[in-house]
Amino acid sequence: MKREEQLVVKIENGTVIDHIPSSKLFEVINLLHLEEIKESAVVIGYNLESKKFGRKSLIKVFNKYFTDAELNLLSVVAPNVTLCIIKNFEVVEKKKVVMPKEVRGIVKCANPKCITNNEPMETVFHSNGEEKHTLTCHYCSKEQSLEGLKLVN
Amino acid sequence: MKHSLVTIANLTKEKIEYLVEMAQEFEKYPNRKILEGKVLATLFFEPSTRTRLSFETAANRLGARVIGFTDPKVTSSTKGETLKDTIIMVGGYADIIVMRHYLEGAALYASEVAPVPVVNAGDGANQHPTQTMLDLYSIYKTQGTLENLNIHLVGDLKYGRTVHSLLMAMRHFNPTFHFIAPKELAMPEEYKQYCREHGIKFVEHEDFNEDIISQADILYMTRVQRERFTDLMEYERVKDVYVLKAAMLEKAKENMRILHPLPRVNEIAYDVDEDPHAYYFQQAKNGLYAREAIICDALGLTIEDVRNDKTIIL
Repeated sequence: MKREEQLVVKIENGTVIDHIPSSKLFEVINLLHLEEIKESAVVIGYNLESKKFGRKSLIKVFNKYFTDAELNLLSVVAPNVTLCIIKNFEVVEKKKVVMPKEVRGIVKCANPKCITNNEPMETVFHSNGEEKHTLTCHYCSKEQSLEGLKLVN
Repeated sequence: MKHSLVTIANLTKEKIEYLVEMAQEFEKYPNRKILEGKVLATLFFEPSTRTRLSFETAANRLGARVIGFTDPKVTSSTKGETLKDTIIMVGGYADIIVMRHYLEGAALYASEVAPVPVVNAGDGANQHPTQTMLDLYSIYKTQGTLENLNIHLVGDLKYGRTVHSLLMAMRHFNPTFHFIAPKELAMPEEYKQYCREHGIKFVEHEDFNEDIISQADILYMTRVQRERFTDLMEYERVKDVYVLKAAMLEKAKENMRILHPLPRVNEIAYDVDEDPHAYYFQQAKNGLYAREAIICDALGLTIEDVRNDKTIIL
C-alpha cells in the first residue's frame, strides 16, 4: 500500500479528482476532455487501494482549474468524487459536484424509441434532485436512473 | 404568438377550461371562414386515418387549406432526411403543422425547431393531447362539469396512452378514478404514484360488473389486445371479462356516459349502441370541435376572436 501511495505524486498547482469509482474513470476522462490537454501533465491512478472504498481511481491535473460547470458534469457519472484545488502544494479548496438542473449533450436516453436516439440532435435531461439519482428525458419524459446511463459518443 | 400543443400534462386548469369553452363556441357554429387564407400541414409519419380525418375536417370547416402526407413511405424521411429538415421545410410552406410520429418526444422536438406552431397528433406511446381534449370536452358536455366525477377506466390500462393522459389532465378537477383491468394490463405503478403525488383518489378492481358500473359518471372503455399479453392463457381467460354488454347497464346512473377512443373491436357489444348511455360516436364528433379550438388557439386566435367572428356560415 505504501508503494501505491508513492505512485501518485504531489502536485504544486492544479486539480485533484479523487474517489472516482474505477469503473467510471474513463468516462470522467472523456467528460473533462483530458485527452485535449497538451501543455501540462495529467497523472491518472487506476485501481488504487483506498481505506474507505476498497478500490478507487484518481486524476491529478497539473496547472489546470476547471469551471464549476465542467466539474458538475461529473455528477452524472460519478456523483461522489472529491475535488481538491491545489495551490503551492496546499489544498486551498474542496468542492463537491452538484447535479445541474439541466444536463445537455452528456448522456444518451435509455429509451430506444426516443426521438433523441433517432435524430442527430442534442439530448436534454432534467435532474430530479440530488437524492433521487434519476434524470428525466426532456423529450420522451422517461425517468431513468443515473447508474444505467451511457455517455453520448 | 406561436402556441404549440405538445402535451396535456403541463396545461393549467384555466387553459383546459378555456379550450373547452372555445370548443363549445365551435359546436354552436362549426362552419366558418375564420382561417381563410391559412394553410395547415398534416404530417403523418405513422398512419392514423381517424385522427387525420378529424384534423382535416376541422381545418376545412374553418376555411383553411390542407397539405400533407398520410404515409411516410412517400416522403424523404425514407431517403434519410432528418425530422428537423422536414419540419423546417414544411414550416416554410404552412402556417401550422399537425404531426403524428412513431417516436416518443418527436412532437416536442418538432415544436422547438419549427418556425410555426406544432400540434401533436400522437408521438409514439408518449402523448396524444387532442384526444385528451376531446375526452375532456365530452365529459364536460355530458356531465355539465369536470369537477368531482367518478371516472371508471376499463381494459388496457398498461399501454393505453389515452387513459394515462386523461388521468393527468383530470388532476385539476378532484376526480375519483376506478381502474378496472386484468393483472397483466393493470395501471402502471408510475401513474399510481402520480395519483398519490397529486392527491387523486383511485380504487383498483379486477372484476367488471354492474355493481362497479353503478357508481360511474364516466365509463371509459379501451381495447384489450391479444398482442399485449405474454401469457396467452391469461388472455383467453380475461378476454370476455372486460366486454361491456347492455345488460350490465341496468344499475347505471342516469347521467353516466360510455366513452371509447375508437376503434372498437368487441369490448363494447353492439347492443350497447342503442342504449342512452352510449356516447362514443358523439365523442368522436366532439373531436371536430375540440380540434377546431386547438387549431385556432395554436394560430393565436382567442376566444374573443371566435365569439366576434363575422365569417360564420349558417
